[in-house]
Amino acid sequence: MIRVVLPHHLRTLAQVDREVKLSVPAPITQRSILDALESTYPMLRGTIRDHVTHQRRAFLRFFACEEDISHEPVDAPLPEAVGSGVEAFHIIGAIVGG
Amino acid sequence: MSGVRVLVGTRKGAFILTSDGKRERWEVTGPHFGGWEIYHMKGSPVDPNRIYASQCSGWFGQVIQRSNDGGKSWAPVGNKFTYDGIPGTHQWYDGTPHPWEFKRVWHLEPSLSEPDTVYAGVEDAALFRSTDGGVNWEELSGLRGHGSGPRWQPGAGGMCLHTVLLDPANPERMFIAISAAGAFRTDDGAKTWRPINRGLRSEHIPDPTAEVGHCVHRIAMHRSRPGVLFMQKHWDVMRSDDAGDTWREVSGNLPTDFGFPIDVHAHEPETIYVVPIKSDSEHYPPDGKLRVYRSRTGGNEWEPLTKGLPQQDCYVNVLRDAMAVDSMDSCGIYFGTTGGQVYASSDAGDSWEPVVRDLPAVLSVEVQTLP
Repeated sequence: MIRVVLPHHLRTLAQVDREVKLSVPAPITQRSILDALESTYPMLRGTIRDHVTHQRRAFLRFFACEEDISHEPVDAPLPEAVGSGVEAFHIIGAIVGG
Repeated sequence: MSGVRVLVGTRKGAFILTSDGKRERWEVTGPHFGGWEIYHMKGSPVDPNRIYASQCSGWFGQVIQRSNDGGKSWAPVGNKFTYDGIPGTHQWYDGTPHPWEFKRVWHLEPSLSEPDTVYAGVEDAALFRSTDGGVNWEELSGLRGHGSGPRWQPGAGGMCLHTVLLDPANPERMFIAISAAGAFRTDDGAKTWRPINRGLRSEHIPDPTAEVGHCVHRIAMHRSRPGVLFMQKHWDVMRSDDAGDTWREVSGNLPTDFGFPIDVHAHEPETIYVVPIKSDSEHYPPDGKLRVYRSRTGGNEWEPLTKGLPQQDCYVNVLRDAMAVDSMDSCGIYFGTTGGQVYASSDAGDSWEPVVRDLPAVLSVEVQTLP
């Protein structure tokens, strides 16, 4: 299972705990994880990436294995540790605003 | 009627204030959607338990929430607002073309007859409609396709469609207002629109009497006379007696005619309310005194209403969607401030009490008169 860690406001919106576990078909990429996340929790559609273009929202970042992978190609394979569930895929909101 | 329910949208969540018909003791619930901006909430006139809320965030974008039990519980519905076709451009602040980009929903207006039908006024300015309780949204693109869109320009708060008025006597007629484009009317169920800005004068735009480009802040009507409209413009309080075809200024003796909200007494169509603000550069009341002004003559002659409102050192603002009236026998008036106070008057404005004092900045106030 793929582990995904959500920021606070998306947890409350989806009514889930800090981390969710998803069954994601290979290959494990940003796109396949987000597709599975939105399929399981449709209320998250549009809150992480644009409905149509699938562009990541500007104030969000994706981390895996302590690396910022936000600017990696969305179809690039993620590290094996994410695919095996050892490491989580983190969705993080920028620390800005008031 | 059993009581009132006041729906308050703030910078950091939604609050619901309920009271019986006396409107002396209040129960406050919230924050709902804590930490999110709630631009607007409004209940269906035909099913008061059906409430829609616009929830948004700079991080996570737009969410629409729906309650079927008067705000006790909520569920997110649809948030896909896609412009019809190629959106084109409007004017940016510096006058250059700028592509239309959806940012947020400013105002939700439930249908007068169908609980599942609701209109959404959005930024960048456009009108959307859902006929399935907010699950799916379709742009009513006749408005943006009017042809003047490339000349619309954002106001300081963004290029928002903030007012949607449905004509209770004519289901084909609707009024909307955009900052800064002006007011528009449809007479064919939103297929086609025309600007209704004749008589407006805006000194801060290149052509002060242009067909479009006016920064209209709010329009209000009384249900019994949908052809009579009242407008708070960037500067000037205006009135139309012909459904917006022509406007005349009714600022009269107001201390300043800049402001944001305007509303009409529930039972007296010639009694209207505004909150004068010092200027477009100083968004607070003149002299540090928070005063609602009431006209019982449909404008021109205004009286300050001060009893119970702070009359010194008050520097809050009252935003365009942050005033509402109930329809109890003794009409109640409500408004919220950027300082987090919600004031209520159960005697048509003669006296005021704060219902709450320390909410986040209030973005919108609506009231439901419960059966």
